[in-house]
Amino acid sequence: MFSLSDIAVRSLSFDDIGMTFPDGTETLRNISFDVSREEFVTVVGPSGCGKSTLLKIASGLLEPTAGRVNVDRDRLGYVFQDATLLPWRTVMGNVELLAELHAVDATTRRKLAQEAIDLVGLTGFENHYPKSLSGGMKMRASLARTLTLEPPVFLFDEPFGAVDEITREHLNDETQQLFLREGFAGLFITHSITEAVFMSTRVLVMSARPGRIVAEYDIPFDYPRHPDLRFDPEFARLSGEISHALRGGHS
Amino acid sequence: MTTVDPQTVESGSDRARASLPKGRDDQPVEVRSSSTKSGSLAASFLPPLFFGSVLIGVWYFISYVLLEESKRFLLRPPHQVLNNAFLDWEALSELLGGLWSSTKVAAVGLAIAIAIGLFLATIMSQTKIIERALFPYLVTLQAVPILALVPMIVFWFGSGQTSRVVVCVIIAVFPLIVNTLFGLHSAEKGMHDLFTLHHASRFTRLRKLMFPAALPAMFAGLRISAGLSVIGAIVGDFFFGRGEVGIGQLVTKYANQLQGEELIGAVILSSALGVAVFLLFTKLQDLIVGKWYDAGSAQPPT
Repeated sequence: MFSLSDIAVRSLSFDDIGMTFPDGTETLRNISFDVSREEFVTVVGPSGCGKSTLLKIASGLLEPTAGRVNVDRDRLGYVFQDATLLPWRTVMGNVELLAELHAVDATTRRKLAQEAIDLVGLTGFENHYPKSLSGGMKMRASLARTLTLEPPVFLFDEPFGAVDEITREHLNDETQQLFLREGFAGLFITHSITEAVFMSTRVLVMSARPGRIVAEYDIPFDYPRHPDLRFDPEFARLSGEISHALRGGHS
Repeated sequence: MTTVDPQTVESGSDRARASLPKGRDDQPVEVRSSSTKSGSLAASFLPPLFFGSVLIGVWYFISYVLLEESKRFLLRPPHQVLNNAFLDWEALSELLGGLWSSTKVAAVGLAIAIAIGLFLATIMSQTKIIERALFPYLVTLQAVPILALVPMIVFWFGSGQTSRVVVCVIIAVFPLIVNTLFGLHSAEKGMHDLFTLHHASRFTRLRKLMFPAALPAMFAGLRISAGLSVIGAIVGDFFFGRGEVGIGQLVTKYANQLQGEELIGAVILSSALGVAVFLLFTKLQDLIVGKWYDAGSAQPPT
Protein backbone atom coordinates (compact mmCIF):
# COMPACT_ATOMS: atom_id res chain seq x y z
CA MET A 1 0.00 0.00 0.00
CA PHE A 2 1.46 3.27 -1.07
CA SER A 3 0.79 6.53 0.65
CA LEU A 4 -1.38 8.79 -1.40
CA SER A 5 -0.22 11.93 0.35
CA ASP A 6 3.22 11.94 -1.27
CA ILE A 7 1.80 11.61 -4.78
CA ALA A 8 -0.54 14.49 -4.02
CA VAL A 9 -3.58 13.34 -5.95
CA ARG A 10 -5.50 16.56 -6.09
CA SER A 11 -9.00 15.47 -7.04
CA LEU A 12 -10.54 18.88 -6.64
CA SER A 13 -8.80 22.21 -6.54
CA PHE A 14 -10.10 25.76 -6.32
CA ASP A 15 -7.74 28.33 -7.74
CA ASP A 16 -8.46 31.89 -6.58
CA ILE A 17 -12.21 31.62 -7.05
CA GLY A 18 -14.32 34.75 -6.96
CA MET A 19 -18.02 35.00 -7.54
CA THR A 20 -20.02 38.16 -8.09
CA PHE A 21 -23.64 37.74 -9.10
CA PRO A 22 -25.15 39.90 -11.87
CA ASP A 23 -26.96 41.99 -9.23
CA GLY A 24 -23.57 43.01 -7.84
CA THR A 25 -23.53 40.78 -4.76
CA GLU A 26 -20.01 39.53 -4.17
CA THR A 27 -20.44 36.08 -2.66
CA LEU A 28 -16.94 34.58 -2.80
CA ARG A 29 -13.48 36.13 -2.85
CA ASN A 30 -10.02 34.58 -3.31
CA ILE A 31 -10.96 31.03 -2.49
CA SER A 32 -8.06 28.63 -3.00
CA PHE A 33 -7.78 25.12 -1.61
CA ASP A 34 -7.37 21.51 -2.70
CA VAL A 35 -9.11 18.33 -1.74
CA SER A 36 -7.21 15.11 -2.40
CA ARG A 37 -8.32 11.50 -2.44
CA GLU A 38 -8.90 10.10 1.04
CA GLU A 39 -9.37 13.60 2.35
CA PHE A 40 -12.61 14.79 3.88
CA VAL A 41 -12.71 18.57 3.95
CA THR A 42 -15.55 20.45 5.57
CA VAL A 43 -16.34 24.10 5.04
CA VAL A 44 -18.18 25.76 7.92
CA GLY A 45 -19.50 29.28 7.73
CA PRO A 46 -22.39 31.50 8.68
CA SER A 47 -25.55 31.19 6.60
CA GLY A 48 -25.48 33.19 3.41
CA CYS A 49 -21.68 33.19 3.19
CA GLY A 50 -21.65 31.39 -0.15
CA LYS A 51 -20.84 27.86 0.99
CA SER A 52 -23.40 26.31 -1.31
CA THR A 53 -22.31 28.58 -4.14
CA LEU A 54 -18.85 27.05 -3.78
CA LEU A 55 -20.27 23.57 -4.43
CA LYS A 56 -22.32 24.81 -7.36
CA ILE A 57 -19.11 26.20 -8.82
CA ALA A 58 -17.25 22.96 -8.16
CA SER A 59 -19.92 20.97 -9.95
CA GLY A 60 -20.21 23.33 -12.89
CA LEU A 61 -23.79 24.36 -12.11
CA LEU A 62 -22.39 27.90 -11.79
CA GLU A 63 -19.48 29.53 -13.58
CA PRO A 64 -17.21 31.54 -11.27
CA THR A 65 -16.54 35.14 -12.24
CA ALA A 66 -12.88 34.78 -11.26
CA GLY A 67 -10.41 31.91 -10.94
CA ARG A 68 -10.78 28.32 -12.00
CA VAL A 69 -11.75 24.90 -10.70
CA ASN A 70 -9.94 21.70 -11.52
CA VAL A 71 -12.04 18.60 -11.17
CA ASP A 72 -13.14 15.64 -13.23
CA ARG A 73 -16.85 16.31 -13.71
CA ASP A 74 -17.57 13.02 -15.38
CA ARG A 75 -18.68 11.18 -12.27
CA LEU A 76 -19.07 13.83 -9.66
CA GLY A 77 -21.05 12.86 -6.58
CA TYR A 78 -23.35 15.64 -5.41
CA VAL A 79 -25.61 15.20 -2.39
CA PHE A 80 -28.16 18.00 -2.25
CA GLN A 81 -29.60 19.83 0.71
CA ASP A 82 -32.92 18.12 0.04
CA ALA A 83 -33.01 14.46 -0.83
CA THR A 84 -34.37 15.44 -4.30
CA LEU A 85 -35.88 12.00 -4.82
CA LEU A 86 -38.27 11.67 -7.75
CA PRO A 87 -41.62 11.01 -6.04
CA TRP A 88 -42.88 8.79 -8.87
CA ARG A 89 -40.00 6.38 -8.52
CA THR A 90 -39.51 3.77 -5.82
CA VAL A 91 -36.33 3.75 -3.74
CA MET A 92 -34.87 1.29 -6.24
CA GLY A 93 -35.93 3.45 -9.19
CA ASN A 94 -34.44 6.53 -7.61
CA VAL A 95 -31.14 4.86 -6.77
CA GLU A 96 -30.92 3.54 -10.33
CA LEU A 97 -31.49 7.00 -11.86
CA LEU A 98 -27.91 8.23 -12.19
CA ALA A 99 -26.63 5.00 -13.68
CA GLU A 100 -29.57 5.26 -16.06
CA LEU A 101 -28.57 8.80 -17.07
CA HIS A 102 -25.04 7.53 -17.65
CA ALA A 103 -26.42 4.79 -19.91
CA VAL A 104 -25.31 1.86 -17.75
CA ASP A 105 -27.03 -1.35 -18.84
CA ALA A 106 -30.01 -2.57 -16.82
CA THR A 107 -28.36 -5.57 -15.14
CA THR A 108 -25.31 -3.66 -13.91
CA ARG A 109 -27.54 -0.78 -12.88
CA ARG A 110 -29.74 -3.02 -10.76
CA LYS A 111 -26.68 -4.63 -9.17
CA LEU A 112 -25.05 -1.27 -8.35
CA ALA A 113 -28.30 0.07 -6.94
CA GLN A 114 -28.89 -2.99 -4.76
CA GLU A 115 -25.35 -2.76 -3.37
CA ALA A 116 -25.76 0.93 -2.59
CA ILE A 117 -29.16 0.35 -0.96
CA ASP A 118 -27.66 -2.39 1.23
CA LEU A 119 -24.74 -0.15 2.08
CA VAL A 120 -26.92 2.67 3.44
CA GLY A 121 -29.16 0.23 5.31
CA LEU A 122 -32.32 0.60 3.24
CA THR A 123 -32.56 -3.12 2.44
CA GLY A 124 -36.23 -4.09 2.39
CA PHE A 125 -37.41 -0.63 1.35
CA GLU A 126 -36.57 -1.01 -2.36
CA ASN A 127 -40.20 -0.82 -3.43
CA HIS A 128 -41.26 2.03 -1.18
CA TYR A 129 -42.16 5.38 -2.66
CA PRO A 130 -40.49 8.49 -1.17
CA LYS A 131 -43.76 9.71 0.36
CA SER A 132 -43.67 6.76 2.76
CA LEU A 133 -40.08 7.39 3.91
CA SER A 134 -38.91 9.47 6.87
CA GLY A 135 -36.50 12.36 6.38
CA GLY A 136 -33.48 10.28 7.39
CA MET A 137 -34.44 7.43 5.08
CA LYS A 138 -34.89 9.83 2.17
CA MET A 139 -31.39 11.17 2.82
CA ARG A 140 -30.04 7.60 2.88
CA ALA A 141 -31.72 6.90 -0.47
CA SER A 142 -30.16 10.07 -1.82
CA LEU A 143 -26.72 8.95 -0.58
CA ALA A 144 -27.23 5.53 -2.14
CA ARG A 145 -28.15 7.15 -5.44
CA THR A 146 -24.86 9.06 -5.46
CA LEU A 147 -22.90 5.97 -4.40
CA THR A 148 -23.94 4.07 -7.54
CA LEU A 149 -21.63 6.35 -9.52
CA GLU A 150 -18.66 5.30 -7.37
CA PRO A 151 -17.66 8.95 -7.51
CA PRO A 152 -14.01 9.86 -6.95
CA VAL A 153 -15.18 13.26 -5.67
CA PHE A 154 -18.14 13.62 -3.34
CA LEU A 155 -19.77 16.99 -2.73
CA PHE A 156 -22.19 17.32 0.21
CA ASP A 157 -24.35 20.43 0.41
CA GLU A 158 -25.60 20.56 4.04
CA PRO A 159 -27.31 17.23 3.50
CA PHE A 160 -28.29 16.55 7.11
CA GLY A 161 -29.60 19.98 8.02
CA ALA A 162 -33.23 18.97 8.01
CA VAL A 163 -33.09 15.78 10.11
CA ASP A 164 -33.26 15.52 13.89
CA GLU A 165 -30.12 15.41 16.03
CA ILE A 166 -30.02 11.65 16.64
CA THR A 167 -30.56 10.81 12.99
CA ARG A 168 -27.92 13.34 12.06
CA GLU A 169 -25.34 11.66 14.32
CA HIS A 170 -26.14 8.29 12.78
CA LEU A 171 -25.87 9.69 9.28
CA ASN A 172 -22.53 11.33 10.21
CA ASP A 173 -21.27 7.96 11.39
CA GLU A 174 -22.44 6.24 8.22
CA THR A 175 -20.96 8.94 5.99
CA GLN A 176 -17.66 8.44 7.77
CA GLN A 177 -17.83 4.71 7.08
CA LEU A 178 -18.59 5.33 3.43
CA PHE A 179 -15.61 7.67 3.26
CA LEU A 180 -13.33 5.05 4.81
CA ARG A 181 -14.62 2.37 2.45
CA GLU A 182 -14.62 4.35 -0.79
CA GLY A 183 -11.68 6.67 -0.14
CA PHE A 184 -13.23 9.46 -2.18
CA ALA A 185 -12.22 13.10 -1.96
CA GLY A 186 -15.01 14.61 0.14
CA LEU A 187 -16.08 18.24 0.33
CA PHE A 188 -18.76 18.76 2.94
CA ILE A 189 -20.70 21.95 3.65
CA THR A 190 -22.38 22.52 7.00
CA HIS A 191 -22.93 25.05 9.73
CA SER A 192 -22.65 22.42 12.46
CA ILE A 193 -19.19 22.50 14.00
CA THR A 194 -19.67 19.13 15.73
CA GLU A 195 -20.57 17.50 12.43
CA ALA A 196 -17.54 19.11 10.78
CA VAL A 197 -15.00 18.05 13.41
CA PHE A 198 -16.44 14.55 13.76
CA MET A 199 -16.15 13.57 10.11
CA SER A 200 -13.37 15.64 8.61
CA THR A 201 -9.66 15.38 8.09
CA ARG A 202 -9.63 19.16 7.67
CA VAL A 203 -12.03 21.99 8.52
CA LEU A 204 -12.06 25.32 6.69
CA VAL A 205 -13.76 28.32 8.23
CA MET A 206 -15.44 30.76 5.91
CA SER A 207 -16.23 34.40 6.70
CA ALA A 208 -19.49 36.20 6.13
CA ARG A 209 -20.11 37.63 2.64
CA PRO A 210 -17.99 37.95 0.66
CA GLY A 211 -16.95 34.46 1.73
CA ARG A 212 -13.24 33.96 2.26
CA ILE A 213 -11.33 31.14 3.95
CA VAL A 214 -10.28 32.71 7.26
CA ALA A 215 -8.97 29.68 9.16
CA GLU A 216 -7.96 26.10 8.55
CA TYR A 217 -7.74 23.24 11.07
CA ASP A 218 -6.29 19.76 10.64
CA ILE A 219 -8.36 17.30 12.63
CA PRO A 220 -5.93 14.77 14.08
CA PHE A 221 -8.26 12.01 15.35
CA ASP A 222 -7.78 8.52 13.96
CA TYR A 223 -10.45 6.78 11.88
CA PRO A 224 -12.76 5.07 12.43
CA ARG A 225 -14.05 7.61 14.89
CA HIS A 226 -16.35 6.45 17.62
CA PRO A 227 -19.54 8.49 18.22
CA ASP A 228 -18.32 9.13 21.80
CA LEU A 229 -15.41 11.12 20.38
CA ARG A 230 -17.83 14.02 20.50
CA PHE A 231 -17.37 14.09 24.29
CA ASP A 232 -13.56 14.00 24.19
CA PRO A 233 -11.87 17.10 25.77
CA GLU A 234 -9.62 17.52 22.72
CA PHE A 235 -12.70 17.41 20.48
CA ALA A 236 -14.29 20.12 22.61
CA ARG A 237 -11.14 22.26 22.49
CA LEU A 238 -10.95 22.08 18.68
CA SER A 239 -14.66 22.78 18.34
CA GLY A 240 -14.21 25.80 20.61
CA GLU A 241 -11.37 27.15 18.50
CA ILE A 242 -13.36 26.73 15.29
CA SER A 243 -16.34 28.39 16.92
CA HIS A 244 -14.15 31.38 17.84
CA ALA A 245 -12.79 31.61 14.30
CA LEU A 246 -16.33 31.43 12.99
CA ARG A 247 -17.47 34.25 15.23
CA GLY A 248 -14.43 36.31 14.23
CA GLY A 249 -15.29 35.74 10.58
CA HIS A 250 -18.90 36.61 11.24
CA SER A 251 -18.26 40.08 12.63
CA MET B 1 -12.57 4.79 -8.86
CA THR B 2 -13.31 2.12 -6.33
CA THR B 3 -14.29 -1.36 -7.32
CA VAL B 4 -16.90 -2.78 -5.03
CA ASP B 5 -15.98 -6.19 -3.75
CA PRO B 6 -19.10 -8.18 -2.81
CA GLN B 7 -17.44 -9.30 0.42
CA THR B 8 -16.81 -5.76 1.62
CA VAL B 9 -20.23 -4.64 0.52
CA GLU B 10 -21.77 -7.39 2.57
CA SER B 11 -19.84 -6.48 5.70
CA GLY B 12 -20.50 -2.83 5.00
CA SER B 13 -24.19 -3.41 4.87
CA ASP B 14 -24.00 -5.30 8.15
CA ARG B 15 -22.23 -2.40 9.70
CA ALA B 16 -24.67 0.07 8.28
CA ARG B 17 -27.56 -1.99 9.53
CA ALA B 18 -26.04 -2.35 12.95
CA SER B 19 -25.75 1.39 13.20
CA LEU B 20 -29.26 2.19 12.08
CA PRO B 21 -30.90 4.60 14.45
CA LYS B 22 -33.33 3.02 16.83
CA GLY B 23 -35.51 6.09 17.04
CA ARG B 24 -38.71 6.86 15.21
CA ASP B 25 -36.70 7.80 12.16
CA ASP B 26 -36.16 4.14 11.44
CA GLN B 27 -39.83 3.66 10.80
CA PRO B 28 -41.33 4.49 7.45
CA VAL B 29 -43.98 7.14 7.54
CA GLU B 30 -47.47 5.79 7.76
CA VAL B 31 -49.31 6.58 4.58
CA ARG B 32 -52.93 7.43 4.89
CA SER B 33 -55.05 5.94 2.17
CA SER B 34 -56.72 8.43 -0.11
CA SER B 35 -60.21 7.59 1.04
CA THR B 36 -60.54 8.14 4.77
CA LYS B 37 -62.38 5.18 6.11
CA SER B 38 -63.77 7.03 9.08
CA GLY B 39 -67.18 5.72 10.00
CA SER B 40 -69.10 2.84 8.53
CA LEU B 41 -70.46 2.48 5.04
CA ALA B 42 -73.90 3.52 6.31
CA ALA B 43 -72.52 6.78 7.67
CA SER B 44 -71.22 7.79 4.26
CA PHE B 45 -74.27 6.66 2.28
CA LEU B 46 -77.16 7.58 4.53
CA PRO B 47 -76.87 11.40 4.47
CA PRO B 48 -76.91 11.75 0.66
CA LEU B 49 -79.61 9.08 0.45
CA PHE B 50 -81.70 10.99 2.95
CA PHE B 51 -81.18 14.28 1.14
CA GLY B 52 -82.09 12.59 -2.15
CA SER B 53 -85.43 11.44 -0.71
CA VAL B 54 -86.07 14.96 0.57
CA LEU B 55 -85.45 16.31 -2.94
CA ILE B 56 -87.86 13.78 -4.45
CA GLY B 57 -90.37 14.75 -1.77
CA VAL B 58 -90.04 18.41 -2.71
CA TRP B 59 -90.41 17.44 -6.35
CA TYR B 60 -93.69 15.61 -5.60
CA PHE B 61 -94.83 18.55 -3.49
CA ILE B 62 -94.28 20.98 -6.36
CA SER B 63 -95.93 18.70 -8.92
CA TYR B 64 -99.03 17.84 -6.89
CA VAL B 65 -99.53 20.66 -4.40
CA LEU B 66 -98.09 23.84 -5.88
CA LEU B 67 -99.07 23.20 -9.51
CA GLU B 68 -102.71 22.95 -10.51
CA GLU B 69 -103.58 20.01 -12.69
CA SER B 70 -103.69 22.19 -15.81
CA LYS B 71 -100.12 23.35 -15.22
CA ARG B 72 -98.71 20.03 -14.10
CA PHE B 73 -96.95 19.61 -17.47
CA LEU B 74 -94.41 22.15 -16.20
CA LEU B 75 -92.99 19.63 -13.76
CA ARG B 76 -94.13 16.05 -14.09
CA PRO B 77 -93.88 13.97 -10.93
CA PRO B 78 -90.88 11.61 -10.60
CA HIS B 79 -92.72 8.34 -11.24
CA GLN B 80 -94.08 9.67 -14.51
CA VAL B 81 -90.61 10.68 -15.62
CA LEU B 82 -89.44 7.19 -14.74
CA ASN B 83 -92.33 5.55 -16.59
CA ASN B 84 -92.38 7.71 -19.68
CA ALA B 85 -88.69 8.41 -20.20
CA PHE B 86 -86.87 5.37 -18.84
CA LEU B 87 -89.33 2.49 -18.73
CA ASP B 88 -90.89 3.18 -22.10
CA TRP B 89 -88.67 1.46 -24.62
CA GLU B 90 -89.37 3.82 -27.50
CA ALA B 91 -88.56 6.92 -25.45
CA LEU B 92 -85.58 5.27 -23.82
CA SER B 93 -84.04 4.09 -27.09
CA GLU B 94 -84.35 7.60 -28.49
CA LEU B 95 -82.67 9.05 -25.39
CA LEU B 96 -79.90 6.42 -25.41
CA GLY B 97 -79.33 6.99 -29.12
CA GLY B 98 -78.88 10.70 -28.49
CA LEU B 99 -76.67 10.00 -25.51
CA TRP B 100 -74.50 7.66 -27.56
CA SER B 101 -74.12 10.23 -30.35
CA SER B 102 -73.14 12.97 -27.87
CA THR B 103 -70.75 10.61 -26.08
CA LYS B 104 -68.96 9.85 -29.33
CA VAL B 105 -68.61 13.57 -30.09
CA ALA B 106 -67.34 14.27 -26.56
CA ALA B 107 -64.83 11.38 -26.72
CA VAL B 108 -63.43 12.39 -30.09
CA GLY B 109 -63.33 16.06 -29.06
CA LEU B 110 -61.57 15.24 -25.80
CA ALA B 111 -59.04 13.01 -27.54
CA ILE B 112 -58.17 15.78 -29.99
CA ALA B 113 -58.06 18.34 -27.16
CA ILE B 114 -55.65 16.08 -25.22
CA ALA B 115 -53.39 15.71 -28.25
CA ILE B 116 -53.36 19.44 -28.97
CA GLY B 117 -53.06 20.34 -25.28
CA LEU B 118 -50.11 18.06 -24.59
CA PHE B 119 -48.36 19.08 -27.78
CA LEU B 120 -48.75 22.82 -27.18
CA ALA B 121 -47.88 22.59 -23.48
CA THR B 122 -44.77 20.58 -24.33
CA ILE B 123 -43.40 22.98 -26.93
CA MET B 124 -44.33 25.94 -24.70
CA SER B 125 -42.40 24.37 -21.83
CA GLN B 126 -39.37 23.91 -24.05
CA THR B 127 -39.23 27.36 -25.54
CA LYS B 128 -39.99 30.37 -23.42
CA ILE B 129 -40.54 32.56 -26.44
CA ILE B 130 -43.25 30.27 -27.82
CA GLU B 131 -44.93 30.28 -24.42
CA ARG B 132 -44.91 34.09 -24.38
CA ALA B 133 -46.13 34.26 -27.97
CA LEU B 134 -49.03 31.82 -27.56
CA PHE B 135 -50.34 32.48 -24.10
CA PRO B 136 -52.30 35.70 -24.72
CA TYR B 137 -54.10 34.11 -27.66
CA LEU B 138 -55.01 31.03 -25.68
CA VAL B 139 -56.50 33.23 -22.98
CA THR B 140 -58.38 35.16 -25.64
CA LEU B 141 -59.70 31.99 -27.21
CA GLN B 142 -60.84 30.90 -23.77
CA ALA B 143 -62.62 34.21 -23.24
CA VAL B 144 -64.57 34.22 -26.53
CA PRO B 145 -68.15 33.08 -25.84
CA ILE B 146 -68.63 29.89 -27.80
CA LEU B 147 -71.98 31.24 -29.05
CA ALA B 148 -70.19 33.97 -30.94
CA LEU B 149 -68.03 31.39 -32.68
CA VAL B 150 -70.84 29.08 -33.72
CA PRO B 151 -71.79 30.86 -36.97
CA MET B 152 -68.16 30.84 -38.03
CA ILE B 153 -67.76 27.18 -37.18
CA VAL B 154 -70.85 26.35 -39.25
CA PHE B 155 -69.50 28.51 -42.04
CA TRP B 156 -66.22 26.60 -42.12
CA PHE B 157 -67.11 23.08 -41.08
CA GLY B 158 -70.81 22.77 -41.88
CA SER B 159 -73.30 21.62 -39.30
CA GLY B 160 -72.27 17.96 -39.15
CA GLN B 161 -70.37 15.99 -36.54
CA THR B 162 -67.13 17.81 -37.38
CA SER B 163 -68.49 21.12 -36.12
CA ARG B 164 -69.68 19.52 -32.88
CA VAL B 165 -66.21 18.09 -32.35
CA VAL B 166 -64.66 21.49 -33.06
CA VAL B 167 -66.84 23.13 -30.39
CA CYS B 168 -65.82 20.39 -27.98
CA VAL B 169 -62.13 20.91 -28.67
CA ILE B 170 -62.35 24.70 -28.29
CA ILE B 171 -64.08 24.37 -24.93
CA ALA B 172 -61.96 21.50 -23.57
CA VAL B 173 -58.44 22.37 -24.71
CA PHE B 174 -57.65 25.32 -22.44
CA PRO B 175 -57.55 23.58 -19.02
CA LEU B 176 -55.42 20.85 -20.60
CA ILE B 177 -52.82 23.27 -21.91
CA VAL B 178 -52.68 25.40 -18.78
CA ASN B 179 -52.57 22.52 -16.32
CA THR B 180 -50.05 20.50 -18.31
CA LEU B 181 -47.83 23.54 -18.72
CA PHE B 182 -48.03 24.25 -15.00
CA GLY B 183 -47.21 20.60 -14.31
CA LEU B 184 -44.24 20.58 -16.68
CA HIS B 185 -42.84 23.56 -14.80
CA SER B 186 -43.50 22.01 -11.40
CA ALA B 187 -40.37 19.85 -11.03
CA GLU B 188 -38.14 21.27 -8.27
CA LYS B 189 -34.98 23.15 -9.13
CA GLY B 190 -32.87 20.62 -7.22
CA MET B 191 -34.15 17.85 -9.48
CA HIS B 192 -33.33 19.90 -12.55
CA ASP B 193 -29.83 20.47 -11.12
CA LEU B 194 -29.47 16.73 -10.69
CA PHE B 195 -30.30 16.15 -14.34
CA THR B 196 -28.00 18.99 -15.39
CA LEU B 197 -25.11 17.57 -13.37
CA HIS B 198 -25.40 14.26 -15.14
CA HIS B 199 -25.60 15.80 -18.59
CA ALA B 200 -29.14 14.66 -19.33
CA SER B 201 -30.31 15.55 -22.81
CA ARG B 202 -33.33 17.81 -23.29
CA PHE B 203 -35.41 14.79 -24.30
CA THR B 204 -34.29 12.71 -21.31
CA ARG B 205 -35.13 15.58 -18.98
CA LEU B 206 -38.55 15.88 -20.55
CA ARG B 207 -39.25 12.16 -20.41
CA LYS B 208 -37.81 11.27 -17.03
CA LEU B 209 -38.38 14.46 -15.08
CA MET B 210 -40.87 16.93 -16.55
CA PHE B 211 -43.55 14.56 -17.85
CA PRO B 212 -43.83 12.45 -14.70
CA ALA B 213 -43.82 15.61 -12.59
CA ALA B 214 -46.63 17.01 -14.75
CA LEU B 215 -48.93 14.00 -14.37
CA PRO B 216 -50.90 15.12 -11.28
CA ALA B 217 -51.61 18.56 -12.75
CA MET B 218 -52.35 16.99 -16.12
CA PHE B 219 -55.01 14.80 -14.54
CA ALA B 220 -56.53 17.77 -12.76
CA GLY B 221 -56.84 19.44 -16.17
CA LEU B 222 -58.14 16.25 -17.73
CA ARG B 223 -60.98 15.95 -15.24
CA ILE B 224 -62.08 19.51 -15.91
CA SER B 225 -61.75 19.09 -19.68
CA ALA B 226 -63.63 15.80 -19.70
CA GLY B 227 -66.63 17.50 -18.11
CA LEU B 228 -66.31 20.43 -20.51
CA SER B 229 -66.15 18.14 -23.54
CA VAL B 230 -69.51 16.62 -22.55
CA ILE B 231 -70.95 20.13 -22.25
CA GLY B 232 -69.34 21.04 -25.59
CA ALA B 233 -70.88 18.04 -27.33
CA ILE B 234 -74.37 18.84 -26.06
CA VAL B 235 -74.09 22.57 -26.66
CA GLY B 236 -72.83 21.98 -30.22
CA ASP B 237 -75.66 19.61 -30.98
CA PHE B 238 -78.13 22.07 -29.46
CA PHE B 239 -76.97 24.99 -31.58
CA PHE B 240 -76.52 23.20 -34.88
CA GLY B 241 -79.80 21.36 -34.57
CA ARG B 242 -79.16 19.24 -37.64
CA GLY B 243 -77.35 16.06 -38.55
CA GLU B 244 -77.05 13.06 -36.26
CA VAL B 245 -79.36 13.52 -33.30
CA GLY B 246 -77.65 14.00 -29.95
CA ILE B 247 -78.89 14.97 -26.51
CA GLY B 248 -78.85 18.66 -27.45
CA GLN B 249 -81.32 18.22 -30.30
CA LEU B 250 -83.52 15.96 -28.21
CA VAL B 251 -83.70 18.62 -25.50
CA THR B 252 -84.86 21.19 -28.08
CA LYS B 253 -87.41 18.80 -29.52
CA TYR B 254 -88.83 17.77 -26.12
CA ALA B 255 -89.10 21.37 -25.02
CA ASN B 256 -90.91 22.35 -28.22
CA GLN B 257 -93.34 19.44 -27.96
CA LEU B 258 -93.93 19.90 -24.23
CA GLN B 259 -92.62 16.38 -23.51
CA GLY B 260 -91.75 17.21 -19.90
CA GLU B 261 -90.92 13.66 -18.83
CA GLU B 262 -88.46 13.07 -21.66
CA LEU B 263 -86.98 16.52 -21.19
CA ILE B 264 -86.17 15.78 -17.56
CA GLY B 265 -84.95 12.33 -18.60
CA ALA B 266 -82.52 13.94 -21.07
CA VAL B 267 -81.22 16.30 -18.40
CA ILE B 268 -80.69 13.41 -15.97
CA LEU B 269 -78.91 11.30 -18.61
CA SER B 270 -76.59 14.09 -19.71
CA SER B 271 -75.56 14.94 -16.15
CA ALA B 272 -75.05 11.21 -15.52
CA LEU B 273 -72.69 11.20 -18.51
CA GLY B 274 -70.75 14.13 -17.05
CA VAL B 275 -70.48 12.42 -13.67
CA ALA B 276 -69.44 9.11 -15.28
CA VAL B 277 -66.68 10.82 -17.26
CA PHE B 278 -65.45 12.64 -14.15
CA LEU B 279 -65.38 9.41 -12.14
CA LEU B 280 -63.61 7.59 -14.94
CA PHE B 281 -60.75 10.09 -14.96
CA THR B 282 -60.60 10.25 -11.16
CA LYS B 283 -60.20 6.47 -11.14
CA LEU B 284 -57.58 6.63 -13.88
CA GLN B 285 -55.67 9.29 -11.91
CA ASP B 286 -55.80 7.13 -8.81
CA LEU B 287 -54.40 4.18 -10.75
CA ILE B 288 -51.58 6.12 -12.39
CA VAL B 289 -50.38 8.69 -9.85
CA GLY B 290 -52.23 7.61 -6.69
CA LYS B 291 -49.49 5.32 -5.43
CA TRP B 292 -46.79 7.99 -5.39
CA TYR B 293 -48.49 11.37 -5.43
CA ASP B 294 -48.86 12.86 -1.98
CA ALA B 295 -51.48 15.55 -2.42
CA GLY B 296 -51.22 16.48 1.23
CA SER B 297 -47.49 17.21 1.09
CA ALA B 298 -48.08 20.62 -0.44
CA GLN B 299 -50.11 21.74 2.53
CA PRO B 300 -48.73 22.80 5.90
CA PRO B 301 -49.11 20.16 8.59
CA THR B 302 -52.10 20.73 10.82
